[in-house]
Amino acid sequence: VAAQLEIPAPPPTSRRRARASRARRDSRAGVALVSPTVIVVMVMVVLPVLWALILSFQRIRLLQIRRLDLLGGEYTLRNYDLLLNSSGFLEAAKNTLLYSVFGTLGAIVLGLFAALLVRGSFRGRGLVRGVLLLPWVAPVVAIAFIWQVLLSPQLGFVNAVGTDVLGWDQPIPFLSQERGTIALFGIGVGVPTALLMVIVFEAWKSFPFAFLFILARLQAVSAELEEAAKVDGATPTQSFRYIVLPQLMGVIALIAVLRFIWTFNAFDEIFLLTGGGAGTEVLATQVYSFLQARNDVGASAAVAMFMAAVLAVLLLVYLRFFGERERTQ
Amino acid sequence: MRGSRRYHFEVAALRVLRPLGIAFFVLVALFPFYYMVILSMREISQVIESPGQIFIGLGEITSDAYERVLKPTSEGGEGFVRFLINSALVGLGTVLVTLVASILGAYAVSRLEFFGKRTVHFLFLSVYLFPPILLAIPLFVAFSKLGLRGELWVLVFVYVAQTLPVCVYMLRNYFESVPVSLEEAAEVDGATRLQIIRKVTLPLAVPAIAATGLYVFMIAWNEFLFALLFLVEERQNWTVSLGVSQLTNIETPATTLMAGSVILTVPIIVLFLFAERLMTEGLTRGAEKG
Repeated sequence: VAAQLEIPAPPPTSRRRARASRARRDSRAGVALVSPTVIVVMVMVVLPVLWALILSFQRIRLLQIRRLDLLGGEYTLRNYDLLLNSSGFLEAAKNTLLYSVFGTLGAIVLGLFAALLVRGSFRGRGLVRGVLLLPWVAPVVAIAFIWQVLLSPQLGFVNAVGTDVLGWDQPIPFLSQERGTIALFGIGVGVPTALLMVIVFEAWKSFPFAFLFILARLQAVSAELEEAAKVDGATPTQSFRYIVLPQLMGVIALIAVLRFIWTFNAFDEIFLLTGGGAGTEVLATQVYSFLQARNDVGASAAVAMFMAAVLAVLLLVYLRFFGERERTQ
Repeated sequence: MRGSRRYHFEVAALRVLRPLGIAFFVLVALFPFYYMVILSMREISQVIESPGQIFIGLGEITSDAYERVLKPTSEGGEGFVRFLINSALVGLGTVLVTLVASILGAYAVSRLEFFGKRTVHFLFLSVYLFPPILLAIPLFVAFSKLGLRGELWVLVFVYVAQTLPVCVYMLRNYFESVPVSLEEAAEVDGATRLQIIRKVTLPLAVPAIAATGLYVFMIAWNEFLFALLFLVEERQNWTVSLGVSQLTNIETPATTLMAGSVILTVPIIVLFLFAERLMTEGLTRGAEKG
């Protein structure tokens, strides 16, 4: 294929024939140039996903891997049956939903506030912008352990402040307590402590992504309209509500879909913070625990396939709303 | 005028609240990193004694935790020098392979009309958005069966597959902002397609390629799931991310864990501050169009 690329353009005889042969050459070159990427993606992503689909209909334990043949073996619905009848799976599905919805929401709200604050010019703006991106670029392993130490009941800073300054009776095991109560106006309200903490962590870790994209969009909001509104007596909040926010809705919707998908997929954060314990098991950590702790490849693949099905729907939503723009670009 | 009073009130309130808000966000974003650095330099006994202390006197600073983390296992350390080398090798390998493939792919997607272009687009987008944990199962099973699971180069291929689609997307955005006229001029002079890419397109795209390369390096350096699944039984092949995650047994004090985290984080933050503008512009290009 590379040899074809070396052939210099033949002198054009007639214009139409030249155009047709040019289109053919372009097409060949395009396929040739994109093929390394497509091959890698096929071998390392598409085929494995298809194989995972097959595995989810088989009864395979990790110890049998050496004897396993690629497509053979009996097909069974046992894995899916097992999932739908297990309370653990439904619990994980519920947690995943809560984690994704509130993690995404938190990240967007924080990111929007941060972007509006950093919008105008001030001294040190570039530095502030860089600092606000740190939670997003830092290695997840490091920040998860920082939070774990920060929240630790024995030596964590948060509990030290809580017991010494805020007058808590005893330290709160934030990441290992499934249910706690907080007093609101004298009434005790039950909260899923650990799940709440992993959601807060997710919002903290991901708000820079929302911040970055909203800030980029803010840069393109025309100042003229706002100036005109100001002349007409619009206050800053009114001008935000009626002029700026409507222009941000597109990018916020895009961030919402992307963040929801990535939070839905997230494994590292919860695995590192709680190991999926204390009521924080999500689908991704359940896939891992079926695979590693219980050596059940089939059940693990079935959970993953459920995730893939949900993702496929989300992907269609994404393409429906943002595909148009992608194509016109 | 009521409206005008509200206007002045809001403007005055914002003048006070805005700096406070910025300070709040800077504190929230920065404090955990500050806490990590402080803890990594304290004695564990003092941390347990006074966990609320977040300032450290010059006399209290100790490098014990760092020595323990960096020393080879034969001398009672955790052997992180080795992990740093592994992470650097995996990162550089991933960057190299990904860049070569994605430059060609991005050029094709941005400049040429070819059969199956739409499908290729959809394929890349799916990879970008699909759960890595889903890939973990078949890849884990396949590489276990082939007996290749502990090899570093296998990990490189996994990372290449995960980063390629984003890179094609980032570079395509850049190529599209470069005028085609230069390439057409070269074509008239009789240059071949590969010559045009090498001599005309690439030199213009150097900043974008550097930014994309750094982005890939960061992803490879930070990655945890596949390193854990593939390498955990081969200690001499551990990456820094994996090494830190294995510091959490009971005997390892929190100060050592934080020292490991500092070693893991610092290279990434340095790289990021070095190329922040380039990278963030590559990612958000297109977002401005709303």
